[in-house]
Amino acid sequence: MQSTFMTYLGAFIVGGTLCAAGQVLIDKTKLTVARILVIFVTAGAVLTALGVYQKIVDIGGAGATIPLTGFGYSLARGAFRDVDQYGLLGAFTGGVKATAAGITAAIFFGYTISVAFTPKAKR
Amino acid sequence: MQKNFTKEDYRKYVEQISPKSKVLRNVVRAFIIGGLICIVGQFITNLLTALGLKKDELSSITTIIMIFLGAILTGLNIYDELGRYAGAGSIVPITGFANSIVSPAMEFKSEGYVTGVGAKMFVIAGPVIVYGVAASVVVGILYYLIK
Repeated sequence: MQSTFMTYLGAFIVGGTLCAAGQVLIDKTKLTVARILVIFVTAGAVLTALGVYQKIVDIGGAGATIPLTGFGYSLARGAFRDVDQYGLLGAFTGGVKATAAGITAAIFFGYTISVAFTPKAKR
Repeated sequence: MQKNFTKEDYRKYVEQISPKSKVLRNVVRAFIIGGLICIVGQFITNLLTALGLKKDELSSITTIIMIFLGAILTGLNIYDELGRYAGAGSIVPITGFANSIVSPAMEFKSEGYVTGVGAKMFVIAGPVIVYGVAASVVVGILYYLIK
């Protein structure tokens, strides 16, 4: 019971901190949303390569994997796993393979829901 | 006393004090909402773990569920309302990635299902996938060379 509580606490604090960091970037640098998300996904991949992000995931759980840095983490980890298995080819297969579920879900649900719903009329 | 405090002074005073507190307020909101969204993700992960799913499967399924939730809440016009309050707290989580796909796609539906929906889905998601996948190839090659 105690450990379950700790997973939620870790997720809240780590996830909240990553989002707060994004907000600081928005307010202080006037970067667009697209640029911030690109920075987050790239930073996630680089921090994973440096062995830092795995430690953040160990503490934060979903708090580290749900923010977009976690997408970079999955991409990089997949690339490493496939490099271990297939050599250089793995650098080209691992990333997308590890994130296939997320990318496909984003495209499939993104498309069907965009088609099914209409945006609220602009005031 | 009050006469000395002119409109001009007041305006300067407001300018001086408001940006800081506004940033702090935005950051606190982003922290709380972003943290809560991650708690939802953790709840799904814990639930799937209790159901006996393997580690790789459950992270993929958690991602799928979170993307579905982000997309459907955008379709129902709820997520963009949340975003107005939460800022980065709703943008940075993967639900925000789904939102960044559905929101412009719905908006540009009038331009058709190919150049409207099909293309506008990737206004933000496209660059994210481009840089993310490219970064994974670069670190993969470096890892291959170093190991």
